[in-house]
Amino acid sequence: MAYEEVNNELNLKDTELRLGLPGTEEQQIEVSCVLSNKRKFQNNDENSLKEESSPSPAKTQIVGWPPVRSNRKNNNNNKNVTYVKVSMDGAPYLRKIDLKMYKDYPELLKALESMFKFTIGEYSEREGYKGSGFVPTYEDKDGDWMLVGDVPWDMFSSSCQKLRIMKRSEAPPAL
Amino acid sequence: MYLRLPSKVLERILFFIDSNDDRNSVSLVCKSWFETERLTRKRVFVGNCYAVTPAAVVRRFPKMRSLTLKGKPHFADYNLVPDGWGGYAWPWIEALAAKNPLLEEIRLKRMVVTDECLEMIAASFKNFKSLVLTSCEGFSTDGIAAIASTCRSLRELELRECIVDDLGGDWLSYFPETSTSLVSLDFSCLDSEVKFSDLERLVSRCRNLKSLKLNRAVTLDGLESLLRRAPQLTELGTGSFSDELSPEALSKLSKAISACKQLKSLSGLWDVLPEYLPALYSVCPGLTSLNLSYATVRMTDLVDLLRRCKKLQKLWVMDLIEDKGLQAVATCCKELRELRVFPSEPDLEEPNVALTEQGLVFISEGCQKLESVLYFCVQFTNAALITIARNRPSIKRFRLCVIEPFAPDYKTQEPLDQGFKAIAMGCKDLQRLSVSGLLTDKAFEYIGKHAKNLGMLSIAFAGDSDLMLHHLLSGCKKLRKLEIRDCPFGDTALLENAWKLETMRSLWMSSCFVSFGACKLLSQKMPRLNVEVIDEMYPPETRPESSPVERIYIYRTLAGPRLDMPEFVWTIHKNPEIGVSHLAIK
Repeated sequence: MAYEEVNNELNLKDTELRLGLPGTEEQQIEVSCVLSNKRKFQNNDENSLKEESSPSPAKTQIVGWPPVRSNRKNNNNNKNVTYVKVSMDGAPYLRKIDLKMYKDYPELLKALESMFKFTIGEYSEREGYKGSGFVPTYEDKDGDWMLVGDVPWDMFSSSCQKLRIMKRSEAPPAL
Repeated sequence: MYLRLPSKVLERILFFIDSNDDRNSVSLVCKSWFETERLTRKRVFVGNCYAVTPAAVVRRFPKMRSLTLKGKPHFADYNLVPDGWGGYAWPWIEALAAKNPLLEEIRLKRMVVTDECLEMIAASFKNFKSLVLTSCEGFSTDGIAAIASTCRSLRELELRECIVDDLGGDWLSYFPETSTSLVSLDFSCLDSEVKFSDLERLVSRCRNLKSLKLNRAVTLDGLESLLRRAPQLTELGTGSFSDELSPEALSKLSKAISACKQLKSLSGLWDVLPEYLPALYSVCPGLTSLNLSYATVRMTDLVDLLRRCKKLQKLWVMDLIEDKGLQAVATCCKELRELRVFPSEPDLEEPNVALTEQGLVFISEGCQKLESVLYFCVQFTNAALITIARNRPSIKRFRLCVIEPFAPDYKTQEPLDQGFKAIAMGCKDLQRLSVSGLLTDKAFEYIGKHAKNLGMLSIAFAGDSDLMLHHLLSGCKKLRKLEIRDCPFGDTALLENAWKLETMRSLWMSSCFVSFGACKLLSQKMPRLNVEVIDEMYPPETRPESSPVERIYIYRTLAGPRLDMPEFVWTIHKNPEIGVSHLAIK
């Protein structure tokens, strides 16, 4: 260890507490460099970059580094969130929801009902939503406006860009 | 004959002494002063919940009205302390409930608090006024509901960055209609939406409400309504600031904000859209504290806001402010005492914004009252550190995080030793320091020698050898807390300076080269320390003595071994039969 060379100021050897019987040489712990095999960040550079599938230069995850609390790290990670805007005809404010929060249509529709304080009516494949003055619609990746519920949930949640709860009177007959 | 101050007179004098440091000194003068002091202390602070038993504290201070406790070591914030390590509030709450029913305030930091704890608090303390939980975990919104429903004189309920099992927003509705005592409410860390009409009514009837920190689920129209009902607020944490608003709605919100003429502190602002920032302009001239650290907004928009904040003393912001933005802050915010700059993309290799060491240099030039700095930056230079130290010898807390481990001065490729030397020598009142970048043992020689008032030091990826630790433990006269990770020192300096550890609150070392054998030896020689080996990989006693351990947490204690250690924490009390035959002291 480096300290052995500095013996003008410090006489560490004379005063140290040793591990070992008196008269035996103390055992040196092998230290070649900081990057010893138990370090998490030994996976730096060579290994992890190969493992990274994304092209962006994401840094190797050293545990607890940089010293930023996890709530700050999550906040900046908007990539995991799929917010869509939700508007309702006649309501003054738009809302935003995270589609990932819901696992199927009933959950989503219930949330919308409670958010905008209305009822959505019964859905049937043939006749759409009956029994209320509102029709939930969404804009998909191609820019087309579709009726919520027509396609399987997974397809919907990955293609939905925007939601609009239309007044029945405004809705085109096709919906 | 000798003079003696009658205890009644001493009591009267002590009435004016709030500082616990001063009271601690008073209690050392003589036995009768110790007695008078202990019978008059109302606010008790315990910096390490394992340093002393709850029974001892409760017995010593029978008139205690407020207890502040800290649990886990600081590095728990960065996931370096495994779950289940400890820091349980329960034994304290239990002891207080039994002996101190007049307790009014509990403040906990980094502790495990269960719903049972909260229910016990609600049930046991009739005059309970204030619950402040910082970085705590282990409870759910049910526990909060118990506090809300039962504590008749509740003034403060603050959940600061806690991890809460969020079972829904009902808890808020448990505040009875008759409850009007709230002065401060902070539920910013909760996710679920509360029942808005109940929140509105609560805010309306609590005429003394001064501080309100909402969670993200509260919308902008909700905010507008609340502010109309509580224009007396001095501290506001907004909810999410990004709903789409019509121009009329935005103007209405602006008006509601401007009616808050006493607003001093503003935070929240999650996802704030830049076009909404002007709604805040009216209150900027009065603001002393602004937390923009969740606002992903560009430099120009930030500057437009900040240049109006002439009285600002505390600014938390993301690195999106860039050097130019900090230059503007240095020009406009002459009252600035505290600056924190957080990384917007902590995990990226390349800097994504134009924030360099120059930004902090600008601040050090322009802000004469600067005392406290936390700065994340990809790289730094010695010259900048030297300039900062020369400009601002008033700095008391300096935490620099150079994000790249082992990064040298990027202009000269030298270690940052000289820079931190300048900080240690120049900032004579330095109480807290975090170092980073490439540092040799020399840096720690300088710190050990010159940082006479340093109480807390944090180190990562630094140093070359045992000398580093030796310099610190044999210098730094006022060192209380030392936390080190990933540094290459071993047993020698630790064992040689063992005496120092009893003068400190605690020492944390992780991913260093301290052996199990050294831990055992230290434990045997220093019975008033708890030497905890925290190792999730292998039970340390199954390993050879020379093998390094994952983490060590050493703290002085009067309480002896703790009874709540999980499997992965070892102290010598688990194996007191360890033979002395293979250990020796020279």
